[in-house]
Order: sequence, then structure tokens, then C-alpha cells
Amino acid sequence: MAPRLKLFLPLILFAMLAITLFRGLSLDPSEMPSALIDRPFPAFNLTGLGQSRPLSQADLEGQVSLVNVWATWCVACRVEHPYLNQLSQQGVPLFGLNYKDNDADAQRWLDELGNPYRFNIADRDGTLGLDLGVYGAPETYLVDATGVIRYRHVGVVDEGVWSALLEPLYQTLTEENDTQ
Amino acid sequence: MNRTSLLLVIAVAMFAAPALALIETYDFSDPELEVRYQSLTQELRCPKCQNQNIADSNAPISQDLRKLLHQQLEAGESDDEILDHMVARYGEFVRYRPSFGGVSIILWLAPALLLLAAFGVLLLTLRSKSRATTAGVASLSAEEQARLASLLNKVERDS
Repeated sequence: MAPRLKLFLPLILFAMLAITLFRGLSLDPSEMPSALIDRPFPAFNLTGLGQSRPLSQADLEGQVSLVNVWATWCVACRVEHPYLNQLSQQGVPLFGLNYKDNDADAQRWLDELGNPYRFNIADRDGTLGLDLGVYGAPETYLVDATGVIRYRHVGVVDEGVWSALLEPLYQTLTEENDTQ
Repeated sequence: MNRTSLLLVIAVAMFAAPALALIETYDFSDPELEVRYQSLTQELRCPKCQNQNIADSNAPISQDLRKLLHQQLEAGESDDEILDHMVARYGEFVRYRPSFGGVSIILWLAPALLLLAAFGVLLLTLRSKSRATTAGVASLSAEEQARLASLLNKVERDS
């Protein structure tokens, strides 16, 4: 290397460091991919909210769907609820996972705010939540027709999240399923 | 209610709040299990509050994980089984001491590799420096040597 170029070495190093650190500013460290991506939905045997029939992972199969983890104590869940109602009206199959909640409160919530879910799994002790790797509601899992988890979104699902992250994958998976 | 019993009630009430704030305690059938419980809660990271282990964190998810850990220990599972169980659900992220292998191998090897690289740079720099000095001495021609000698003589005379 020419001696003159060598003088620029500190500047180049600085620029590289600055770019790396600047990139770090816009990264979200709390964003973690689920450990269960491309794995089958964990097995469970729980009763549904407001019904006595036991539910299992097989009840989620048959179509591409969203499994939404929610609870009445979760403020952000209230924020996303109107959008979930809208999605369900558009025909997106939604299943609820009522996480560490009280049945009566959950039922009241659904009566007041509308019920976008085909059914709700009542995970009163959070055991299914632990198997799913849930660390805070709301979380939304995209499950394909064979019951395999394909994507996990942590946080509120709104118009932006749906059209940017969930909808493209949902469409591809639905088409795949229809052609089979 | 007399004065003494009133004071007693106040004194008890003063201790009640911290007692409620304490992290739950578990009874172990074997003191060895408790030691393992302590070390595992130190090693497992809270997925919600990312820079705390589950021993320090009071987040609901940490409470659940401690409860699960207690059940697993009492069920006689080994440390590896427990860690595998947690990693299968929460990813490698959940361990403060990542396993050696896979993606995390870079974490284990990076310090050694960086140290080696630094030694390499140091060696190269030292070698080129010493070469430059020896080359500098050798490159003085006979004429320059004579001039240097006369200059040195001049300095000696002047002082």
C-alpha cells in the first residue's frame, strides 16, 4: 500500500465503525425470531373459552391461520383488537389464545369488543404459552394448513404490520395450500 | 385495643409489604437441587427484560420459568435436559452461557481470533520498523559517512 493511502487507514476504520454503530441505532434488540419457526405448533389439550369441548393442536389445521395470544390485562391487546375484528371480517381465520387470564373477564371482553376468533384456547396457567415461547402478549403466530408455525410477530398487529409482514406470507401459504 | 397491641399491629404491617414484594420461594426435596436451581436461574436469561437473568427479574415470564425450573428439577431432569427444553422454546437467546457450536461458535472464537490478528499486526509492524532502520543505516554511502563524521567532529570541536 502506498504510504499516502496508509494515512487514510484511521479514517477508513472510523467510517466502518461509524456505519456499524449507526446501523445498530435502528435495530430493535427486543425483536427475536421464535425458536419454533418451521416447527409444528406445540401439542396441547386445553378447554376452549365458553365451551367444554377439549381443544388440541389438530383443531388449528386445515387452513392457514393466525393464532393471536391475548389477555384482558394486556393493554396493547385492546389496541389491536379493532384491527383483528376487521381482519376476521375480511375472512382471515383467527384463533385466540387467552393467555393467563380469567374466563369471566375474557368472555366480557369478547362480548363488549366483538369476537374475531373462531375459538379461544383458554391457557389459564400459561403452560401452552411456555411451550410456544411466548414472553409477552400480544403475540401473533402465522400457522400454515398443516399446523406448522411459519412466522411470529411480537406486539400489536395493525394495518402496517399486516400488509408489510403478515399478509405476503399469508397469501403465499394460502396459494400453496389451494394448489395442493 | 390497647396501646401495645396497636403498636404490634403497626410493626407487623411494616414487615408485610416487603414480604409480599419478595420473590417466591420453593422447597426442594434435596439441598443439591437448590444449588442447581440457584445456578440455573443465574444462567437463564429473561426473554422479556433482556439484560436480566430469571433470578433477578420479577417479570411474569421469569416467575413462570422459575416455576417450570422447579418442577423440572424435582422431576429429576439433568441440567442439559432443562437447558435444551428452554432453548427449544425460547432460542439460544435464553442462555447467558451459549452452547459451543452452531451460530454461537463465533462468540466463543472471536476473542481468540481477534487476539491472534492483533499479534499478527504487531509482528508485521515491528518487522517493517526494524527493516526500515537497518536499511536506513546500510544505505549511507561512503561519501555520506565521511560527511557525517566531519559533522560530528565539528560538533565536538564547538562544544
